[in-house]
Amino acid sequence: MAKKKTSTKKSKKSASKKAPKTVIKKRSKRGKNGVKTTNKLEGLAESVVENAFGKREPAIDIPIRALSNVSFNPKTRYIEMGDRCQQRSLFNYGQAKRFMQTLLVASKCKELVDADKTASIRQIYYLAKHTIKGTKEKTFDSQDESDPVIEDLEVALEALREELHVFAGSKGALIGELTFVDSGDTIDATKLGSGGYAIPSIVEPNVIQFKKCKAKYVLHVEKDTVWRRFVEDRFWEKHRCILTHGGGQPSRGVRRMLYRMHDELKLPIVCLLDNDPWGYYIYSVIKQGSINLAFESSRMAVPNAQFIGVSSFDYKRFDLTDDVKIELDGNDVKRAKQILNYPWFAGKKAWEKEIKQMIKNGFKMEVEALCSKNLTFVTDEYTPQRLKQRKSWLD
Amino acid sequence: MEDQRANAVGIPSDITGQTNVKLSPQCSISDTVGKLTRIKAGKVSKKKSRTSRASAETMAKQQREISISEFFARNRHLLGFDNKRKALLTSVKEAVDNALDACEEGGVFPEIYLEIKQLSEDRFRMICRDNGPGIVKAQIPNIFGKLLYGSKFHRLKMSRGQQGIGISAAGMYGLITTGKPVSIISRTGKGKPAHHYKLAIDTKKNKPDIIAEKTVEVPWERGTEIEIEMVASYNKGRQSVAEYIELTAIANPHTTIVFKGPDKKVLEYLRNVDELPEQTEEIKPHPHGVELGVLMKMVKETSAKQLGAFLSGEFSRVSPKISKEVCSKAGLTQRTWLQSVGPSDIQKIYNVLQETKLRAPSTNCLAPIGAEAILNGLLKGIKAEFYTASTRPPAVYRGNPFQIEVGMAFGGQLGSLDANSKGDDKSKQPQSARVIRFANRVPLLYQQGACCTFKSVVDTKWNNYGLSQSRSTLPQAPFVVLIHMASVWVPFTSESKEAIADYDEIRKEIKLGLSECGRRLGTYIRRKKKRSHFAQRRDVFHRYIHEIVESCRAMTVCNKDDLRNALSDLAARATEAADMEFDDHGKIIAKRKNGDSEMDNTIVLDESQQAPAGQLELFSNGAPTTPKRTTRAKKTRKSSKKSKKKSSSKTKKRR
Repeated sequence: MAKKKTSTKKSKKSASKKAPKTVIKKRSKRGKNGVKTTNKLEGLAESVVENAFGKREPAIDIPIRALSNVSFNPKTRYIEMGDRCQQRSLFNYGQAKRFMQTLLVASKCKELVDADKTASIRQIYYLAKHTIKGTKEKTFDSQDESDPVIEDLEVALEALREELHVFAGSKGALIGELTFVDSGDTIDATKLGSGGYAIPSIVEPNVIQFKKCKAKYVLHVEKDTVWRRFVEDRFWEKHRCILTHGGGQPSRGVRRMLYRMHDELKLPIVCLLDNDPWGYYIYSVIKQGSINLAFESSRMAVPNAQFIGVSSFDYKRFDLTDDVKIELDGNDVKRAKQILNYPWFAGKKAWEKEIKQMIKNGFKMEVEALCSKNLTFVTDEYTPQRLKQRKSWLD
Repeated sequence: MEDQRANAVGIPSDITGQTNVKLSPQCSISDTVGKLTRIKAGKVSKKKSRTSRASAETMAKQQREISISEFFARNRHLLGFDNKRKALLTSVKEAVDNALDACEEGGVFPEIYLEIKQLSEDRFRMICRDNGPGIVKAQIPNIFGKLLYGSKFHRLKMSRGQQGIGISAAGMYGLITTGKPVSIISRTGKGKPAHHYKLAIDTKKNKPDIIAEKTVEVPWERGTEIEIEMVASYNKGRQSVAEYIELTAIANPHTTIVFKGPDKKVLEYLRNVDELPEQTEEIKPHPHGVELGVLMKMVKETSAKQLGAFLSGEFSRVSPKISKEVCSKAGLTQRTWLQSVGPSDIQKIYNVLQETKLRAPSTNCLAPIGAEAILNGLLKGIKAEFYTASTRPPAVYRGNPFQIEVGMAFGGQLGSLDANSKGDDKSKQPQSARVIRFANRVPLLYQQGACCTFKSVVDTKWNNYGLSQSRSTLPQAPFVVLIHMASVWVPFTSESKEAIADYDEIRKEIKLGLSECGRRLGTYIRRKKKRSHFAQRRDVFHRYIHEIVESCRAMTVCNKDDLRNALSDLAARATEAADMEFDDHGKIIAKRKNGDSEMDNTIVLDESQQAPAGQLELFSNGAPTTPKRTTRAKKTRKSSKKSKKKSSSKTKKRR
């Protein structure tokens, strides 16, 4: 690590005329997975100390989490993170604060790990927030600053959030033909009333173990409201399935849960999402992983997940009325085209047709819009029919 | 008959003054040319069509000579006595200018004592004393009691006064407004008697009226003291006597001025240059700067008999060779007798002269203040943190040599003084820069907007030099610009000598001077901004170092103090490097910390050229009473001036 830093510094000096704010460099092969998290955190601090005493500018290499540094692996069929890094240096005016914040969050995580406690990302924000001595400046001005720092730490240390003892709020729920153990409590997911089981942020095998599964597949819907429709109509019972929702963009807990159900219970995942660029992207995240968290794709992405609706062709297919239409605005079209250009969408004829059709339609549709026919249309007719029309699913 | 009266006063306003103005009703108009001004009273007689109107004979009874004094008594605004406030300032100005001219010509370091006493609400007494060579007894009445009497008008030489109107006009103003005569005491040296005169001006005859005359005992050795009582008003701030004195001190760092105002407050400006301005040489007029009428006059008045001798003898830069060339082109020869040269020939000669290529006039008639002296002057009068000055090489307009000097003072207390006086206003409205203007070392206070110097400052793109400026205004900054024009004949826009006329050649020189100094200022401002940015960065790093040390301590075993020191060292190094990066980028955010003390109270002079070697002795006011005129040979400055032998303290008319 230290050796690498020196070389970077040299190259920086030689190219210091332009003083690039971000030094992009190749990341070394990941080889720290066996190391315990607390050692990784210690290592981070040690490298700073070492550099300081060695009269080198302390810096942390943080893999870049952006489209430019991810690639779609056609073999694994999910997004993988590239090996380009950004160097975060203390003695760079633009990065100094971020550097300080990174170390500060790291020290808080170390405390958590040592005490074997977990904290939410918001709690981390408050733990690390204080006024800097002798000034009026706060270490963090908002949670928007601390959240990315946590993610930075995750990638930099190659430690998952769970391993850092940090979790996010529960988002998303589950109900259906599944029995599992959560922190020692056995939960029968068929007996959860109307509220279902809130999927926690951490669903690792040490927390949740699957016991019994009668379901044939998992139906993931976009939002809580749609999910309730299905629950009320006891869709999971009639169709022997598990119903999940992610409250919009699914959190890591939900995605990890979907992955485990697919991976361990061998259940197919089908998605019922809105017919808009958002919906497409939610599907894409479930299937291929997200750009931001590409480093976790391998343990979250479900490449076999499939998109059953709502499709741009459903307007005609189900003879819907004009009432379901929401006009596309400029941003929607822009985003749709962007999605079309993602390497993992490119080359898929069906998707191309689907997105182009939406742009051609000039409108988008929410799952709720299907209620315009009648309240239970989505559970009684639409979804069962779509489940049968396997050929018009989107992959 | 009223129209006649009006006509009598309707004198050409371009009267530039002339000695011995004889006004004769019958003089022909063709004779009144150039600066030789004759004032014609009455109408040119013409055939009358009605007998009821005045006949030429009756009119002739009313046609009579008007004294120049009488004329100015009525038109005192032409001389700068428009209102009470300006009257006081103009009087002070004339008195101080004369005192300075006299001292310099006499080779004495000027020490001027000026006092203004308030006698009643609008009545003041001005007392001005110098240590000049004094005036011989016989000349005192003429100098102070007669308009247009003096030593300066007839020569093309750089001096403050030019025409010989000023001080007698001030005396006349006092006389008119209060009825009190002017009191003058002059002594020419130790052991000589001091003469005290009380003078009034006979405005009809333009001659002194001696009211009292005696010999008195005075405590001072040599010099002249003038005392004028007048109706006036005293004010402070801009365009005040105090400002005039301040600016005079700036432009004349070789002068000690003590000023005691009506409030008994004493302002003292001590001499901080040990060198008198060089005495300038008189020059002959340059043909390109001469007008046809003047040429005619010169032909009439010259002592030369033949044309060739006249041309080469009366003008500068006309060699015998050129003289011959001019003569032949005009169809005449060098031998042509001047008496036989008619007006049409003069016209020809004039045209040829204007077309002939001639060398620029010599410039040893100019005595610029000098960049070093300007710096000293600015240091004396203005509290700022950055000073720079530059002297342009001499240039020529209309055949008159001139030289432009520019000085600048920036920042420091210029900004904070303003904050004190205006309070909160400062943050809302940043102050405008101030332009201080000089012509032959005389401060110009009025008609700034009409002045060539001011226009040049406004036209300069100050944004290039790191100052903010809206379109066509003065830059917004704690900033003072000094512009000095030295010339044998400064082209004023009006007789009250308040603004310099806008000649392209002059404008160009001013602009060059401004940009030369502006570049230095810009460099300084950029450097200063960079430094403050550098400090700001270091500050940020140090702020975070504490947090980082704490965090590291929480994660691993280390010595906090050692780590902190190690990081601080790195921060110091890194901010240097960061600063270098900034040089190349030029991207700057100006933000100064209060604690940035290294700039305060420091006089930053542009290292490159202007920091005078003798800078350290700036404030050592040894102020020797006997002046040492150091020879120029010692100086490295490559100015074209040469030191001139002391001119004998000739009696001169004080303007």
